[in-house]
Amino acid sequence: MTPELLQAAAASNQWSAILPELGLGCLALLLLVLEIVLPKSAHDRIPTVAIVGQLAILVALLVNLTPAGLERDTFNGLLHHSRDGQFLRAFFLVTSIVVCLLGRVALAKQLLPKIEFYHLVLVVTAAMMLLAQSNHFVMLFVALETVTVGFYILVSYVRTSPLSLEAGLKYLIMGALSSALLLFGIVLLYGVAGTPTLPAHTGQAMNFDALSAFLAANPGNFVAQCGIALVLSGVAFKIGAFPFQIWIPDVYQGAPTPVTAFLAVASKAAGFAVLLVLTLKAFAPYAGLTVPLLGVLAAATILFGNIAALTQSNVKRLIGLSGVSHAGFLLLGVVAAVSTPLALGAVYFYLAAYLIATLAVFGVMTHVAGPNDADQELDHYAGLARDNPFLATVLAVGLGSLAGIPPLAGFMGKLFVFIAAFKAGLYPLLAVAIVGVVISIYYYFGWIKAAFFETWRAPQPEGTPDSRPARTPVAWPAGVTLGLLALASVVLGFYQGCFGEWLLNR
Amino acid sequence: MSQLPFDPLLVSIAAPLAVALAIALGLPKRYSVLLAYAGFAVPALMALHCWYHFPVGLGADYAFATQYDTGLSALGISLKLGLNGIALPLYVLAGLVGLAAGLYAIQSQAERLKIYLMLLLVMQGGLMGVFASVDVFFFYFFHELALIPTFIMVGIWGGRDRNYAAMKMTIYLTVGAMLSLLGLVAIYVKSGANSFDLVSLRHALTAAPLDGTLQKYLFGLLVFGFGILVSLWPLHTWAPLGYGAAPSSAAMLHAGVLKKFGLYGLIQIAVPLLPLGATQWTTVFAGLAVFGNILIVGFVTMAQRDLKQMVGYSSVMHMGYAFLGVACLSGLGAGGVVLMMVAHGLSVALLFLLATSIHHRTHTFDLNEMGGLAQKTPVLAAFFVTATLASIGLPGFANFWGELTIFVAAWSYSKVLTACAVSGIIISAIYGLRAAARVFFGPPTEELNRVTAAHPPADLRWSEKLPAIILLAALLFIGFWPKSLTTPLNAALHPAWPAAGALPLQTTPGK
Repeated sequence: MTPELLQAAAASNQWSAILPELGLGCLALLLLVLEIVLPKSAHDRIPTVAIVGQLAILVALLVNLTPAGLERDTFNGLLHHSRDGQFLRAFFLVTSIVVCLLGRVALAKQLLPKIEFYHLVLVVTAAMMLLAQSNHFVMLFVALETVTVGFYILVSYVRTSPLSLEAGLKYLIMGALSSALLLFGIVLLYGVAGTPTLPAHTGQAMNFDALSAFLAANPGNFVAQCGIALVLSGVAFKIGAFPFQIWIPDVYQGAPTPVTAFLAVASKAAGFAVLLVLTLKAFAPYAGLTVPLLGVLAAATILFGNIAALTQSNVKRLIGLSGVSHAGFLLLGVVAAVSTPLALGAVYFYLAAYLIATLAVFGVMTHVAGPNDADQELDHYAGLARDNPFLATVLAVGLGSLAGIPPLAGFMGKLFVFIAAFKAGLYPLLAVAIVGVVISIYYYFGWIKAAFFETWRAPQPEGTPDSRPARTPVAWPAGVTLGLLALASVVLGFYQGCFGEWLLNR
Repeated sequence: MSQLPFDPLLVSIAAPLAVALAIALGLPKRYSVLLAYAGFAVPALMALHCWYHFPVGLGADYAFATQYDTGLSALGISLKLGLNGIALPLYVLAGLVGLAAGLYAIQSQAERLKIYLMLLLVMQGGLMGVFASVDVFFFYFFHELALIPTFIMVGIWGGRDRNYAAMKMTIYLTVGAMLSLLGLVAIYVKSGANSFDLVSLRHALTAAPLDGTLQKYLFGLLVFGFGILVSLWPLHTWAPLGYGAAPSSAAMLHAGVLKKFGLYGLIQIAVPLLPLGATQWTTVFAGLAVFGNILIVGFVTMAQRDLKQMVGYSSVMHMGYAFLGVACLSGLGAGGVVLMMVAHGLSVALLFLLATSIHHRTHTFDLNEMGGLAQKTPVLAAFFVTATLASIGLPGFANFWGELTIFVAAWSYSKVLTACAVSGIIISAIYGLRAAARVFFGPPTEELNRVTAAHPPADLRWSEKLPAIILLAALLFIGFWPKSLTTPLNAALHPAWPAAGALPLQTTPGK
């Protein structure tokens, strides 16, 4: 192999197109090396290295947000780079930075090994970034499995907690099942597309463009329909859509809080990135199948998530089930996106608002939680507004935004999705969504009430220990981050500016 | 026109919000209170300025119009501000009641006064925005901005049953707001104007009106959405409960100003844009308003023993007149409703203020436990009796013109309903005068003697008198010179609303 050949291969593959992902991978390896090289007393600095490194990558990405070479395929069609891909890259990076920050707060309370956590978060983030840009089933599956395997470890990170181990096992089994469904669907599609007797048959059916061309030439093929339904079911596991949401409450409760945040935000967004690419590109000719299928899923998900969340008293389960309902609202946007281009921007705006609000709420949860991470009850929030007005305000802004209360960003997200759904003519789904919003006000408001309103408490005998765990004082990096997240929720509600223009004008 | 070097409408919205932000960022208490005075005074001054400089002969156009881009041009949303003759009276109302509520809150010695003032300021900013918005999206947006603090204030500073009241208010009003949002979005999508600007929507829908069935559904959504927000019977149960529990300034702003959002939406947006839809619903909501709001709620009000709940119920009852006025579908009726909204807003705010001042002296809201307070607090008694007379609709007060105009308009709509509505005046005279008599005249009860012995009641302090005087002066000013509001109002209503009798009304009862 001559150097020229290597150079040619490198040039044709355009490695520079995946520099952010490469950077994250190298940073992840660097953390492991640092753990070996540095003395034990300096190990506390390694998380800082992880966060600062990611910030540098994020800044580089934002500076070069719309490079010249967008809207092109690289690596022989494995990846497709687009503006949406750039948005999702930044999205995953921001999530991972905040998760690392929360990790610093939460892991210290549980005396857990630290460095592997950051290593895994970085690897998973890089895989998600690739996943969001994949244009090929092989790429998609490999990236998805990297994410899932990383999460198997992260979910059961607290080896001493039975709940965490149970959550890990549940996630493993459910994840394996969903991967199997996905894989089976891919195989069916690949097989039917390669059938020589069918028109426009192709050997390249793993590629989304080729698959789409084949599907367009063969409308109403039964095997292809089965394949599509199976692939969508596999993705529905990742986003937690009904009836594939059964793992969510237990896994969310058992996993360490930063991992729950990572699952709730990044994993869900990755699922939606895949779903959008599949429905809008690969399966676009079969809109007659995907629209009713996803529509029914959306309605069921909104109703199930909201009604199930009503009775929860553990906040991790509550936010898990409320996340299910958000998946339903997002699905509504995905369905609308098939016929209305505006809906795509609406879904991305919703995701951004969801990220900002959810991470703010998880930030507060991390500080309110005690050493037993799975035990976070609504009662623990009693008196938060009096003891720590800052955390209470951040919590109220985050929950208000999740509930879709104006003038917060979450309201704008819901409004855009609803307008898009209106334009797409999805009236029954809209009615369900409105019912969902009204139900959700009850439990979000209940949480705010627990933190803000003084309620009568039975007098305890002298010397009874307080059942509420001690709250962690807010250190400045977490304080600044939470403040920024709350502020972003408010500002994006009032003024969307160039961010709104960038996402919605298409 | 205005000669100011800045946009008075934007300043009136931004000033209270900016002060609220400064307080949220941790301003010390002394400066917070000082700044709060400015935060409440600036919108009132801007409102008076716009009133004084409001151009004559404007027609349906908007004065003081400005437009700011907020990054949602893809959806046709931009912050477009302006006042027409319909918006001006309510904008002035928001400024004046806001100032009175703010002044009353500052002297109220509430716990955690800073947060209380901050929430009131957010509410005030939202209220100014509601009536200054030409963009339908921002009209809704500012309403919600003002609504959210109400829930929090009821939950934290509320009286009896505050948790239950806050929850009930939140759920009822969210349902109402969601329904009206759905209706507004539907108008936006169906009009094909691809803009939330009311002027563009009006042009689009005048050029190509929606078909009758669609208009019927959309108007239905808006009537029930707005109806919940305005406490149309039988969707009113949140209101007396909420007002009974709410702290006084929040009740003043909500009952006085914010609740008018729904009626304003019907007059400014729903009826002009969906005239065919409106004709198909008038029978329903005029009937609900007269038999439900005026008669049933009127009798319920008479049975109240709690002074604040009674004021709350009476405000629900008066909304019945406003709905009746809207149902006439005539410029005269709509003009009457706007006048009545302003008058009712001022007088109900005054009643809530005085009810709280009475509570500070008697330590109870129970009418059966009071009596003879006039001997100890003659000024308070004078104010309360005046406010009650205004609320009944005595000539000389703004309320008289509002109700009179509505009755005149309603007479040509339905004689039976008008007769029932007029008899409501007697009901409100009974409960109003009886409350005044119970509180201030007659022998004091033993219970009250015990309380007044422990805390000798002082008469109204100047800090309480000043907000009351502002409200009373406005009531009298409009009562003696209604033309100051009706001239611009007529000019705006004439092109937007069809003349009386121009629309088919054959389905109405009593004809």
